[in-house]
Amino acid sequence: MQHYIPNILFAIALILGIGFFVINIRKLFRNIKLGKDVNRTDNKKERLKNMMMIAFGQSKMVKRPLSGFLHIIVYAGFLIINIEVLEIIIDGLFGTHRIFKGIINENVYGFLIGTFEVLALLVFVAITIFWLRRNISNIKRFLSKEMKGWPKSDGNNILYFELILMTLFLVMNATDVSFQQAGIGNPISQFLAPFFNDYSPEALHTIERTAWWLHILGILVFLNYLYYSKHLHILLAFPNTYFANLNPKGQFTNLDSVTKEVKLMMDPDADPYAMPEEGAEEAVPEKFGASDVADLNWVQLLNAYTCTECGRCTSSCPANLTGKELSPRKIMMDTRDRLEEVGRNMDANKGIFVDDGKQLLNDYIKPEELWACTSCNACVEECPVNIDPLSIITDMRRYLVMEESAAPQELNMMMTNVENNGAPWQYNQQDRLNWANEE
Amino acid sequence: MNVPTMADLMAQGKQPEVLFWVGAAGSYDDRAKKISRAFVKILHQANVNFAVLGTEESSTGDAAKRAGNEFLFQMQAMMNIEVLNGYEVKTIVTCDPHSFNTLKNEYPGLGGVYKVYHHTQFIQKLIADGRLNIDATTLKGKKVTFHDPCYLGRANEVYESPRDLIRRLGVSLTEMKRSKSSALCCGAGGAQMFKDAEKGDKEINVLRTEDALATKPNIIATGCPYCNTMMTDGIKFKEKEKEVIVKDIAELIAEANNL
Repeated sequence: MQHYIPNILFAIALILGIGFFVINIRKLFRNIKLGKDVNRTDNKKERLKNMMMIAFGQSKMVKRPLSGFLHIIVYAGFLIINIEVLEIIIDGLFGTHRIFKGIINENVYGFLIGTFEVLALLVFVAITIFWLRRNISNIKRFLSKEMKGWPKSDGNNILYFELILMTLFLVMNATDVSFQQAGIGNPISQFLAPFFNDYSPEALHTIERTAWWLHILGILVFLNYLYYSKHLHILLAFPNTYFANLNPKGQFTNLDSVTKEVKLMMDPDADPYAMPEEGAEEAVPEKFGASDVADLNWVQLLNAYTCTECGRCTSSCPANLTGKELSPRKIMMDTRDRLEEVGRNMDANKGIFVDDGKQLLNDYIKPEELWACTSCNACVEECPVNIDPLSIITDMRRYLVMEESAAPQELNMMMTNVENNGAPWQYNQQDRLNWANEE
Repeated sequence: MNVPTMADLMAQGKQPEVLFWVGAAGSYDDRAKKISRAFVKILHQANVNFAVLGTEESSTGDAAKRAGNEFLFQMQAMMNIEVLNGYEVKTIVTCDPHSFNTLKNEYPGLGGVYKVYHHTQFIQKLIADGRLNIDATTLKGKKVTFHDPCYLGRANEVYESPRDLIRRLGVSLTEMKRSKSSALCCGAGGAQMFKDAEKGDKEINVLRTEDALATKPNIIATGCPYCNTMMTDGIKFKEKEKEVIVKDIAELIAEANNL
C-alpha cells in the first residue's frame, strides 16, 4: 500500500488542481453570460480563419517585431513543451518513469525531449528580456497609471512562474542519471548536469523527484492562477478572435430599440394617444446604452477577460498620447474589475446580484475618459487579439446622452443644430447650396 | 458653377449617374467649400452626369451617432433615406469620409442601400475608365505626405486610392512614421470637432502635424474636410504656413489639371 502513496497523492493533486480550475471557469462563463445577447454565429469560415491567423498564428503580434518575436518563442514553448505534461501525468498516476521512452522509438523520444529543452532555454531567455522590458527599460505603456499595484505584480508573477517552471524542467532532466547516461535528448541539460556531479546517487534522485513534483505542482498552481490574472488570454484569445466583430471598423451598431421608437415617431399614421397593447405596459422600457457591465454584450465582457494588458491600444491612442485621461486598456481592465465585483456579489448572495450602489460608469470609468475618444479605431486595430474598447466607449456615451442628457455643452449645441438646421453648425438649410456660386 | 440638383433633373425627367453628397462641412465651411468646388470641376472635366441634393440634403447624423445620440442619428438617417430612395439614388460619391462611412455602412440597416464611393475612389475609377487624366507635370518635384483619415483608412481600409492619385500627380510621396493602419488621428473624429478637447498636455492635431512636418513636405495631402481643418490649424500653430500647405487630393488634381 505504502508503495502507492505517491500515485495517490498525485491523483489528489491532479483532481484538486483541475477541479478548482473548472469551478472558476464555470464562474467565468456565468459572468460572461451576464452580458446581453449578440449574434456572432454567422460567417463561421471567416471566424475560423481569423482565429487561426490571429490567435493561433499570432499574425497581429508581429506588427511590433521585437515583442512579437519574443512572444512567439514563449507561445511556441508553451504549446510544445506541454506535450511533456501528458507524460508527466501518466508517470505520476501509474508510477512509471518516462513511459513514452519505452513506447516510442528512443531516438524519436530523444528528439522530442531535446526540442523541449532547447525551447525551454529560449523561453527562459525571452522571459528574462520581457522582465527587463517591464522593469528596467523605460517603456511607457508598462508605466501607465493603471499599471500600478496588482497589474504590475501580476505581470511579473507570470514571468517568475515561467522562469521557475523552465528551470525545474531542465533541472529535472539534468539530475535524471539514466537519462543523462543515455545521452539522447539532453542538449541543454547536459551542461547543467556537471553542477550536480558531487551529489550521491540518492541525493540526485531526491533532487530529480523534487524538481519533477514541483514542476507538475507548479503547472497546476499556474493553471489556477490564470483565473485571477491577466494571463487568461492564453485560453480566451481563441474564442475572442473567433467571436470578434467582422464588420468594417467604422460601422457602429444601429440600436434596434431606437429604430422602433424613431419609426413610430416618423409614422404619420401613428396614434399618439393609442393605448398600449395588453401586456405591453409591464415591459420595462429598454435602457439605451450602457452604464454597467450587464448592459454590455457578452462579447464585450469576453473581451474584458481576454485582455492581457499589453497596452498596445493605449500606446496608439491619440487621446492618451496627448495626456488625456482616456486609456483603452483601462476601459477593458475596469470592465473586468467591475464584472468580477458583480460576480463576487452574486457568489455572496446565492447567485443573485444585490444592488451595491455602484456601476461601471463613474465608479470605474469617468465621463471625462469617454469624452476624450476620437473614435479613430487605433485601439481596435492595434489589439493583437481583436478586443474592441471603442464599442464599450460608444455604448457608455449612448447612456450618458440618451439616458442622462449628460453630453458636454458644446455637443448639445451641435446636436441641437443638427436637429434644427440639418448641420452641426448654425446655418440655414436654405443656404446649403451657396458654395456652388461663391467663386 | 453648374451644380445641378436632383430636383432639377427630376423635373427634366433625367437621372444622374451619381449623386454627389456634399456633407455639412463641404456645404458650409469656407475651407471645405473649396474642396467641393474642386471636386465639381473634376466631375465636369470627366463629363460626369451628377447632381446634388442641395437644400434637401441634411446631416447624415454621423457626428450625433459618434457623440452617442442614436435617436438623432436614426432620425436624420431615415429622413435622408426617404429623400434618397424617393429619387431612386443608386450611387453616391462624397469628399467626406465620415459621410462615406455612415452612408456605406450604417444606412443599409435602416433601408438605405447604395453604392458609396469616397471621392478618391471615384476619381480613380474615372481614370481607369479613361474619362480623366491627371497632368503629372504641374506639381512635379513637390514633396507630399498623406494623412490617412481614420474613417477612410482604419474604418474602411481604403489606403491605396488616395496614394494612387498622389503618385499620378508626379510628386514625391513620403510616408509619415505613423501611416495607413497605424496612422494617428487628426483629433476631429468622434464628434471632437465640435467640442473643446478634454484636459491633456497637448492638442492631437499638433502631434499629428509634427508627424507630417518630420517628412519635410511642401504639401500635406488629406482626403477629409475635418482632417484638413485640423492639419491647417496645426500648421498655423507651428508657424509653418509659409512653407507648408494643406490640400485635399481633389484640390491637387484640379490644380494639376489647371481647372
